[in-house]
Amino acid sequence: MAENNRAVLQLKEKFAASIIDVVEFRGEVTVTVKKDSIIEILSFLKHSLQYNLLTDLTAVDYLGKKEERYMMVYQLYSIPSKDRLRIKTPVNEADCRIPSATQVWRTANWLEREVFDLFGITFDNHPDLRRILMTDDWEGHPLRKDYPLQGPDREPYKGRLS
Amino acid sequence: MGVDNPLGENIITTSLDALVNWSRKSSIWPMTFGLACCAIEMMATGASHNDLDRFGIIFRASPRQSDCIIIAGTVTKKMLPVIRTVYEQMPEPKWVIAMGACACSGGIFDTYSVVQGIDEALPVDVYIPGCPPRPEALLFGLMKLQDKIMKDKNSFGSAIGLGERIETVAA
Repeated sequence: MAENNRAVLQLKEKFAASIIDVVEFRGEVTVTVKKDSIIEILSFLKHSLQYNLLTDLTAVDYLGKKEERYMMVYQLYSIPSKDRLRIKTPVNEADCRIPSATQVWRTANWLEREVFDLFGITFDNHPDLRRILMTDDWEGHPLRKDYPLQGPDREPYKGRLS
Repeated sequence: MGVDNPLGENIITTSLDALVNWSRKSSIWPMTFGLACCAIEMMATGASHNDLDRFGIIFRASPRQSDCIIIAGTVTKKMLPVIRTVYEQMPEPKWVIAMGACACSGGIFDTYSVVQGIDEALPVDVYIPGCPPRPEALLFGLMKLQDKIMKDKNSFGSAIGLGERIETVAA
């Protein structure tokens, strides 16, 4: 049960005002938190609850489906306790920036560069925020839902004409 | 044959084109350059079972020593400048083979990051369909290139200042 999860219990105690939602689905616990306190929460999870491995960091574009367009996702793993935790935080389109997690886990460096490259979310205090997959002179962020699949310079595919 | 042989049996007479084209088609040296799964088939074609060496086709590790580039795989927009550079480093005469659906037309990758056919950037001589083409298909494509080379008119002569090159019409 998500209520008895060791991380959820601690987070509810320490960051009660920042927690938006706690969900458990098929044994996977997801905690949605507010963007403002994301770094304090992540660093508490790493230093006090031993979530020492950031397995993945990515984003989701909920264009037209949610009030706040982007959702940052942090997949955590605790090597000593052998358990996983997913932290999510919504990011507004108007204020498309979030503090960098590189100060907590150094592996966040390239993962955040990928999110910056493909979603266009800016990471504050990132040591080297450049594109990582697309070429340096690329315009736009291809994984955004409003980016045309065939690219902006091509006529989109309209299906078979015959 | 109605032609006297004043120089004896050890001399044959032929045209410059026939000699030059024959030597060129018998020593196509492709660039060692693979991009995706097509490159695996290309390697299989070069290996002992199909054995490209018997055609004088020997993969070279430097564009300076190559006269053919087999575009074996998906060409991304990020890779295109690299391919262009390699092609430009090859000395004339040079030929391009588009191997597989991706190199011919982009294939299944109808997306923002993939070049929709290498012929947008390089002059392609032979297109080989398939995903990926079997070694037999690549062999057939290379033999088509040999046929095309044999039809070349005065490309060597024009290079050493003897007349103009005559463009061949596609077979």
